[in-house]
Amino acid sequence: MPLLESGRIVSDPWQKLADDAALPSDPCIVSLSRLQQDEAVRTAPHLRLGVALPVDQPAEVLAPYLDRLSLVAVNFPTFRDGRGFTQARSLRERLAFSAEIRATGNILPDQYTFLLRCGITTIEMQDGSDPAAWQKAADRFSFAYQPSVLKEPVLSGLRRTIRLACRGIPNRG
Amino acid sequence: MRANATLPVGTYGYQPVDLAFLNDRAAQFCDQVARRLSGDLSEDEFKPLRLMNGLYLQLHAYMLRVAIPYGVLSAAQLRRLARIARIYDRGYGHFTTRQNIQFNWIKLEEAPDILAELAEVGMHAIQTSGNCIRNITSDEFAGAAADELVDPRVHAEILRQWSTLHPEYSFLPRKFKFAISGSPHDRVAARFHDIGLIAKPGADGAVGFEVFAGGGLGRTPAIGIRLREWLPEHELLAYMEAILRVYNAYGRRDNLYKARLKILVQALGRDAFAEKVEAEFTAIPKERYRLGPDIVEAIRARFGKPYLDAPEDAPAELSKRRRRDPAFDLWVQTNSHPHRAAGYISVVMSLKPNGGIPGDASAVQMDAIADLAERFSSGEIRVTHLQNLVLGHVRQDELYTLWQALGPLGLATPNRSLITDIVCCPGLDYCALANARSIPISQRISERFSNIELQQQIGPLRINISGCINACGHHHSADIGILGVDKKGEEFFQLTLGGCGEEDAAIGQILGTALPESEAVNVISRVIDTYLARRVPNERFRDTYQRLGATFFKEAVYAAA
Repeated sequence: MPLLESGRIVSDPWQKLADDAALPSDPCIVSLSRLQQDEAVRTAPHLRLGVALPVDQPAEVLAPYLDRLSLVAVNFPTFRDGRGFTQARSLRERLAFSAEIRATGNILPDQYTFLLRCGITTIEMQDGSDPAAWQKAADRFSFAYQPSVLKEPVLSGLRRTIRLACRGIPNRG
Repeated sequence: MRANATLPVGTYGYQPVDLAFLNDRAAQFCDQVARRLSGDLSEDEFKPLRLMNGLYLQLHAYMLRVAIPYGVLSAAQLRRLARIARIYDRGYGHFTTRQNIQFNWIKLEEAPDILAELAEVGMHAIQTSGNCIRNITSDEFAGAAADELVDPRVHAEILRQWSTLHPEYSFLPRKFKFAISGSPHDRVAARFHDIGLIAKPGADGAVGFEVFAGGGLGRTPAIGIRLREWLPEHELLAYMEAILRVYNAYGRRDNLYKARLKILVQALGRDAFAEKVEAEFTAIPKERYRLGPDIVEAIRARFGKPYLDAPEDAPAELSKRRRRDPAFDLWVQTNSHPHRAAGYISVVMSLKPNGGIPGDASAVQMDAIADLAERFSSGEIRVTHLQNLVLGHVRQDELYTLWQALGPLGLATPNRSLITDIVCCPGLDYCALANARSIPISQRISERFSNIELQQQIGPLRINISGCINACGHHHSADIGILGVDKKGEEFFQLTLGGCGEEDAAIGQILGTALPESEAVNVISRVIDTYLARRVPNERFRDTYQRLGATFFKEAVYAAA
């Protein structure tokens, strides 16, 4: 599936690893249960490791493993289920996770700004999605009325300037 | 003519950036409509997007719900609503219990034009529906009431801005409602909202908030629990983030009817819920979400102030008029509220004329009210959660002239808080969810009790009508609640007694079996007869009901049937 980062399609070095598959040497995304139960995964040297966080688990379950993780994937079973926003923001704010957070599942371009402002950096798009629609959505508003996990300059009052996709990889902080 | 020439009184004056934001939002919706029409968006995908722009599909047409933040309108905004009613609807609008206005006969293809028209006067329909933070409601006498301690509208505006297109809380398990008051007398039903805030003054002019959470009506009425006795102003947004984050993470999403915050609070229990909120609050970076005094003052500075400079003899002039004209005296006694400034008074313009449809106002009435607001009340109009309109700042010596102008417009019914000041949802005449028509039974009750002397004799008494179990008419919180139910395809009405939405919040109890419309009206008459016969002097309905008990009332009114 095409991967969107900063409004552009980028190549995806990550593969999803089945729970019973042997460990590869390339970057792989494992399930939460495998991460928790398979010590070999956690201790494999030089392996770039990611985890798929189930939608019904709080981000805090990853706290013991974050040093080992280069990616967390949050899932949107439907675009109406907003738990992934909270998971991503908790990872950034509570747990100070600074590597890639990827959104998977059913997401609309109209949600792109929300995703980025909650700390998500890459989007796994459905095949055939038009990145221009996402770019357009991210450029729609020039400011927002509330703080987010991004370091956004204060415009005035509660307003923050946002120019997400144009600005390259969002600043995290 | 008296209003500050540059800023609207009582509401936030949009700056060019805010107007640009509304235009961007209107353009976004235009684009979404186009994508729906081209097939890029499925109906399933489009629905939540249109709902977040206030557009519902009802029984006969689209309905557009326009936000009126904390219920305050400028004269120019009300004129624009009149224009929309005239051009895009059938010449009227319906003011709602959440201080918004609904237009019931909208064409989807005209909705983007209406949003553009609204944006021109700093109005919108953002988040008037959908599973997000809805319009922030407040006290209809805010900034005017003699008993008020803090004007809650500045913080209502702060919450409005903060919740607008919130990145984390735009896809919540279910809708989320805030109310904020600044008076010890709760006129906003703070304990019946997802979050209810009571603003209070502290030492050294500081402002803080009493925080209630998990209240609500609907299918499962619940009284909110108190989370904080005192939340300092600078922590307001951080604490709201904490409550919403717990809700977004743990609120149920498997069942539409068990998805509100109140269900989560009940499932976890008061203490466990409060513990989760406090743990989240502790972990939140406070500096990032700090609501500093500079921000509060910058937003406060965008509110125009009413012109308050009555001549010394204004109260004497009012007294003189009241002595000379008993009809005027009655109206003042019933429909006014004490003002904080000498020589001023607030008045309620009843949208509940005898036999009328509660909350409806015609374009002609709206235009006329806008003119009167400019002439008599610093150009400011308020919508009440009881579906009436208020002029907040009227000079006492000008009240008689105002009253004379309201009469011919049908806006001087002296029935505020009396039995015909009925709150009513649109019901089966408009709504796809309803089981029964709320409006006709409301009209029958209004006609039955039209005698104003009888209404005065009964005294303050709330009747609320909901056409279905979703309780949009807030029947649970009324002295007499009426719920429309479907019995084998026929419209029946179930009565509840003893509810209250104020400080001593209580949920009404079911009186007996549901009845057809005419019998329900007769039973209400007998409830009133029983109350009048058995009350002790000055006893409110709910106190008589509590004293005599549910069984007593049931036997008294059903036995006679």
